[in-house]
Amino acid sequence: MRIWHFVLRELKHRKLNALLAIAAVSVATACLTDALMLLKADAAATEAVLAEKHAAVEKAGAELNDAMRKITKGLGFNVVILPKDQDLQEMHHSGTISKSMPEEYVVRLANSNIVTVNHLLPTVTKKLTWPEQGDIPIVLYGTRGEVPIAHRDPKKPLLDAVPRGSMIVGYHLAKKLDLRTDTEVTLLGRPFKVLKTHDERGTVDDTTVWINLREAQEMLGMENLIHAIQALECHCAGDRITQIREEITAILPGTQAIERGAPALARAEARDKAKISAETSLSREVAHRQQLRSQREKVAAILVPLATIGSALLMGLMTLTNVRQRRQEIAILRAIGLRSRQVLGIFLGKALVIGVIGALIGIILGMALGAVLHEETTAPDALAILLPAGLAVGVALLGSWLPAVAAARQDAATVLQEE
Amino acid sequence: MIQLDHVSHQYRSPEGPDVLAVDQTDLHVKAGEFLALRGPSGCGKTTLLLIAGGLLRPTSGEVTVAGKQPYHLSQEARAAFRAESIGFVFQQFHLVPYLDVLDNILAPSAASGTTDRQRAEALMREFGLETRAHHTPAALSTGERQRTAMARALYNDPQVLLADEPTGNLDPDNAAIILERLQAFAAKGGAVLMVTHEDQACRAADKTLTLSKP
Repeated sequence: MRIWHFVLRELKHRKLNALLAIAAVSVATACLTDALMLLKADAAATEAVLAEKHAAVEKAGAELNDAMRKITKGLGFNVVILPKDQDLQEMHHSGTISKSMPEEYVVRLANSNIVTVNHLLPTVTKKLTWPEQGDIPIVLYGTRGEVPIAHRDPKKPLLDAVPRGSMIVGYHLAKKLDLRTDTEVTLLGRPFKVLKTHDERGTVDDTTVWINLREAQEMLGMENLIHAIQALECHCAGDRITQIREEITAILPGTQAIERGAPALARAEARDKAKISAETSLSREVAHRQQLRSQREKVAAILVPLATIGSALLMGLMTLTNVRQRRQEIAILRAIGLRSRQVLGIFLGKALVIGVIGALIGIILGMALGAVLHEETTAPDALAILLPAGLAVGVALLGSWLPAVAAARQDAATVLQEE
Repeated sequence: MIQLDHVSHQYRSPEGPDVLAVDQTDLHVKAGEFLALRGPSGCGKTTLLLIAGGLLRPTSGEVTVAGKQPYHLSQEARAAFRAESIGFVFQQFHLVPYLDVLDNILAPSAASGTTDRQRAEALMREFGLETRAHHTPAALSTGERQRTAMARALYNDPQVLLADEPTGNLDPDNAAIILERLQAFAAKGGAVLMVTHEDQACRAADKTLTLSKP
C-alpha cells in the first residue's frame, strides 16, 4: 500500500473537510487569476486606445501637411509694393500710406516677365471720416480689381472690381449705420448703393468701405495715382522676399516690397493648435489609463495577499483540526512502523491534491468572474495560469506545513496511553 | 525474545512532581511464551508494553526485543524495526477509520513497502472477515474490529505481539477467539506480552506477572 492510498481514501472519507479546503484555495486562486486578467486586459485596452489616439494624431499631422502644401500652393504669400519713399514706420503705426506712385506701375509690372507674382491689385487707401454719417471714422479703399498678367493664362481673380457707384461695407460699419444690400448712401457728396456687406472679420476690414478705384482717385484727388500694389500668391522657393524684391525693383525702380502675413499662416497655426490639442488629449488619456491601472494594481496588491494569507491560514487551521482528529490514527500508523516522513507525506500529499484541485477550480472561476465582472477581458496567457496554479499549491502546502510537521513529530506513546 | 532489565520510567509533569511509572523492573518473555501482565491502574503495565514496543524510551535500563536493542537505533530505524518485528493490538482497536477491512490489514505494508494481498485475504478468512473486506470500521461490530486489528498485527509476520487489554471491550466469544489466536501465535514460536485485568485472559497466558505501584 502506498501513501497516496491513505491520502485519497481520507479525502473521500472526509468530503466536507476536503471541499472546504478546496474552496479556500479556489477563492485565493480566483482572486489572483481575476486580478491578473484584469490588469492584462487593462494593459491591452490601454494599448488599443493609445494606438487609436496615436493614429488620430498622425492623421491630423498628415492632414496638416497636406493642407499646408495645398494652401501654400494655392495662396503663396502676399507682397505689398509701396512707393520707395513711403515711411514704413508711419504705415505700420497709423495704418495709412501718405506717399503715392503712378497707377501705370501696375500695368508695367503686369506686362513684364515677372514669374514670382500671380495676382496684382492696385489700391488707394485713406483714413477719413464719413461726414454724411455723423463723421464716423472709416478706411476708404479704392480697388479696380485684379490686373491680368500679360504672359500668364487668365486666372480666376481673387478680388472682383467694385463697379462705379457701388460700395462694399465692412461688418462693423454696416451694423452701426444699419446698412444693407441696395441701401443708398452718400459719401463725400457722391451717391453710392451698397453692393454687399461683409461678415465680421475682426480686422480693420470691419470699418472699411470698398469703392471703385477710379472714383476713389477722383474723390481723393489722386487721378492716375495709387498708394500700393498688392501682389498675391507669390511663388518662389528659398529666400522668397529677397528674390521678389529684386525682381520687382528691377522692373519698378521707385518702389519697395514688403511681405504681409498670409491667411495660410493663420490656418497653419490653427492646425498646429489642433495637433497640439490632440497630443495633449493623448497625454491626458495616457495619464488617465496609468492612474486607472495604478489604482487597480493597488487594489490587487491588497486583495490578492489578503485572500492568499486568509486562504493559507484557513488551510492551516483545517489541517491542524485534521491532525487533531487523526491523532490516534497517526499514533497507530507510527506504532505499526510508518516513518515520520511518511506521516508528513500523508498530510502534505493531501495538501497537494487540494492545491491542484483548488487551482483548477480557482483558475476557471477567476476567468469566469473576469468575463462577467469586467468589460475588458483578454484570453489568459501562461503567466495568468501558472502563477495562480503555483499560488494555489503553495498556499495549500505552506498552510499545511506546520500542522503536518507536528503530526509527523507526534509522540505515539502519549496518544496510545490516553485511552 | 523480550528482555527488559532494570527498566525505569519517569513521566515529567509540568504541573507537579515527576511521576515514576516503572521502577527498576525486569521482564523476560521467551520465544513461544505468552505472558500476561496485570496489576492495579497506574502500576505501569501499559508503560512497560510501550517500552517493549519501541515507542517509549525508558528513563533507565536495558531493552532487547527480537535480538535488537531498539533504543540504540535511530528513530527511523526503530520504526522499521517495529514494522518488521512487532505487532500491536489495543483495547480501542485503533483501526484507520477511512480504510476498509482489507486496507486496514494491509496498512503495515506502507511501512514495509511490500504488499501481499493474498496474505491479507488469508488473514481475513482466518478471522472470519472475508465478507467484510470492503467495510470500514464504522460498519463493523466490536468483535470484528478487534479481529481486524489482530489480523493487521499479524500481517507482517512479527516475532513479538504486544496486546494492551485486547479483550477489554469484547464479548466472551470474541475474547476467546482473540486469546486463542494469541496462544496460537506463541505456539508457533512468537512471544506475546499482554496487559490485562481479566482472569479469563490471564488463564489463557502461560504466565502472569502482577505489578504493583512503584
